[in-house]
Amino acid sequence: MNIFVLMKRTFDTEEKIVINNGAVSEDGAEFIINPYDEYAIEEAIQVRDKHGGEITVVTVGNEEAEKELRTALAMGCDKAVLINIEDDVEESDQYTTAKILAEYLKDKNPDLILAGNVAIDGGSGQVGPRVAELLGIPYVTTITKLDIDGSKVTVVRDVEGDEEIIETSLPLLVTAQQGLNEPRYPSLPGIMKAKKKPLEELELDDLDLEEDDVEAKTKTIEIFLPPKKEAGKILQGELVDQVKELVSLLHTEAKVV
Amino acid sequence: MARKVITLAEVRDGSLRNVSFEAIAAAKTIAEGGEVVAVLVGESVQAYANELIYYGADRVVVVENEKLKNYTSDGFSQALMAVIDAEKPEGIVFGHTALGKDLSPKIATKLNSGLISDVINVEEAGGNLVFTRPIYSGKAFEKKITTDERIFVTVRPNNIPALERDESRTGNISNLSVDIKDLRTIVKEIVRKTVEGVDLSEAKVIIAGGRGVKSEEGFEPLKELANVLGGAVGASRGACDAGYCDYSLQIGQTGKVVTPDLYIACGISGAIQHLAGMSNSKVIVAINKDPEANIFKVADYGIVGDLFEVVPLLTEEFKKLKVHS
Ligand SMILES: Cc1cc2nc3c(=O)[nH]c(=O)nc-3n(C[C@H](O)[C@H](O)[C@H](O)COP(=O)(O)OP(=O)(O)OC[C@H]3O[C@@H](n4cnc5c(N)ncnc54)[C@H](O)[C@@H]3O)c2cc1C
Ligand SMILES: Cc1cc2nc3c(=O)[nH]c(=O)nc-3n(C[C@H](O)[C@H](O)[C@H](O)COP(=O)(O)OP(=O)(O)OC[C@H]3O[C@@H](n4cnc5c(N)ncnc54)[C@H](O)[C@@H]3O)c2cc1C
Repeated sequence: MNIFVLMKRTFDTEEKIVINNGAVSEDGAEFIINPYDEYAIEEAIQVRDKHGGEITVVTVGNEEAEKELRTALAMGCDKAVLINIEDDVEESDQYTTAKILAEYLKDKNPDLILAGNVAIDGGSGQVGPRVAELLGIPYVTTITKLDIDGSKVTVVRDVEGDEEIIETSLPLLVTAQQGLNEPRYPSLPGIMKAKKKPLEELELDDLDLEEDDVEAKTKTIEIFLPPKKEAGKILQGELVDQVKELVSLLHTEAKVV
Repeated sequence: MARKVITLAEVRDGSLRNVSFEAIAAAKTIAEGGEVVAVLVGESVQAYANELIYYGADRVVVVENEKLKNYTSDGFSQALMAVIDAEKPEGIVFGHTALGKDLSPKIATKLNSGLISDVINVEEAGGNLVFTRPIYSGKAFEKKITTDERIFVTVRPNNIPALERDESRTGNISNLSVDIKDLRTIVKEIVRKTVEGVDLSEAKVIIAGGRGVKSEEGFEPLKELANVLGGAVGASRGACDAGYCDYSLQIGQTGKVVTPDLYIACGISGAIQHLAGMSNSKVIVAINKDPEANIFKVADYGIVGDLFEVVPLLTEEFKKLKVHS
């Protein structure tokens, strides 16, 4: 089976966000594989181990993403591709990213593409479905279970807590939701092997794309932090009185009940 | 510039979701005086059309087909594309719900259009329509504009206030017949896991329990409080992992993102991944026996104490308030 994983490098969840010159400062920040993409990678490995085939992990970004690609290889992916747009693309959005990924994938005959359901930084959840649509293949988002039997596929989709059992077929794109699996940690032998696995670097030119072809359709004009919350009020006194005071504050000061 | 804007209404469990009305309110701002057309898609949904007019839609287009009984991206995109072909809107607004998130990127791609997802505010500023959305799981926000002719956004439930319901409003309701074919995904079964009652993502009040709730039964006092306030019960992953409640209740980075008017966190420590799902709530109350718990840093009001003492007292106090008001 020809399997692809779309992986995004993101800020570590624990990082504090600092804004510098209108942009989120990356100085000294830790980066990770987007947590949902870890589920996608794990699922890809399990599918390959069961059905055979090869996994290529693909990212659109810059050189720094090599580290996360190596981690994916150490987990068990077979090949990695970095589409480096640093020099070619100034402003990008989900349209840009999806277009580049689809252009790369269009002649690769994928059987299965796995993505995360959302990136924890950009947070739109657009890229997976956009890529599927550009490739003309079906997709199912936020899946928690995947069963493949020949070209017949059964998936469980999480819909705001409820479950849909869906039947579809390959080729297919799915996006991973928490609960799909428990991503493995790279093993030491895995890390050693990863160093020798192929990591290909491409630019827009290699995909026959011009900057104009991928020009963003939306633009960020400002980034800001939420207003600093004033220190909350910790109530004092007897519990019974605290509760009375709280109800009265919620009613008269905060006016939420 | 006046624009024609369409919105997608959503029906769940036999009623329109609130976000359908919030989408109409957002569409009004985007339309800048132009027409707002609400779209209803399903097997039998005509009956909801009037309600959309009462909430501000100028017109409603209904697409009914037995193949649209369950949502599929193929089926619903065929219905929506037919409406878009007929109406040629300059703006499109969906809710940022499971359905909206799944469908909007497909339609945007078909239209070769941009898409601004998860919008919490729409405003006119400096001759532009400016859309605010959270990034980095609510730790920051960005303001975006469209550089395309068409504006396409999804709005996060519970953030853009719906317009006042007005039964005296009237508007045209029309049907569009669409041939739905070649569905590549088939919904075989829907397993309901969410509890009856208030939808978490749309709830105005949420009472959330964490590992401090200690057991499944420990959630009972929280449910009672939620009942009194007409709210919903939520949970931290700690509580879900411990098996005290279903994962459908989980709030946070890997669970639901909620922005109620009032969020009461009971026995939740306030891990960053939990805050990602609730820190933008309007008012946050923390009840925790550990005065150092991180949750107090985001709370507007805090009570240091045992939740099993505090929550029942709160329930009683709110009951009194309801009797008096
Ligand atoms: C050089 C550069 C400039 C940028 N400039 C801007 C800007 O001006 N404004 C702005 O808003 N954003 C900008 N971005 C961010 C970027 O456009 C978005 O983050 C990206 O389109 C993904 O959107 P998202 O974060 O909403 O991902 P989502 O759609 O939420 O991601 C869902 C899933 O899609 C896949 N995916 C997402 N992104 C990638 C990727 N890059 N490679 C492989 N798979 C992926 C993953 O599987 C992910 O889990 C820039 C990025 C780069 C590299
Ligand atoms: C990738 C990733 C994603 C995650 N996603 C999420 C997510 O979406 N949502 C989420 O919530 N977490 C998420 N987590 C987990 C998160 O890091 C925390 O582990 C979790 O939120 C802790 O849950 P808790 O606060 O209920 O438990 P704890 O941290 O154990 O806190 C329990 C609290 O209860 C208090 N307490 C105990 N008894 C009482 C009592 N009788 N009265 C009052 N207070 C009492 C204690 O003082 C303590 O503060 C994620 C973690 C990772 C790594």
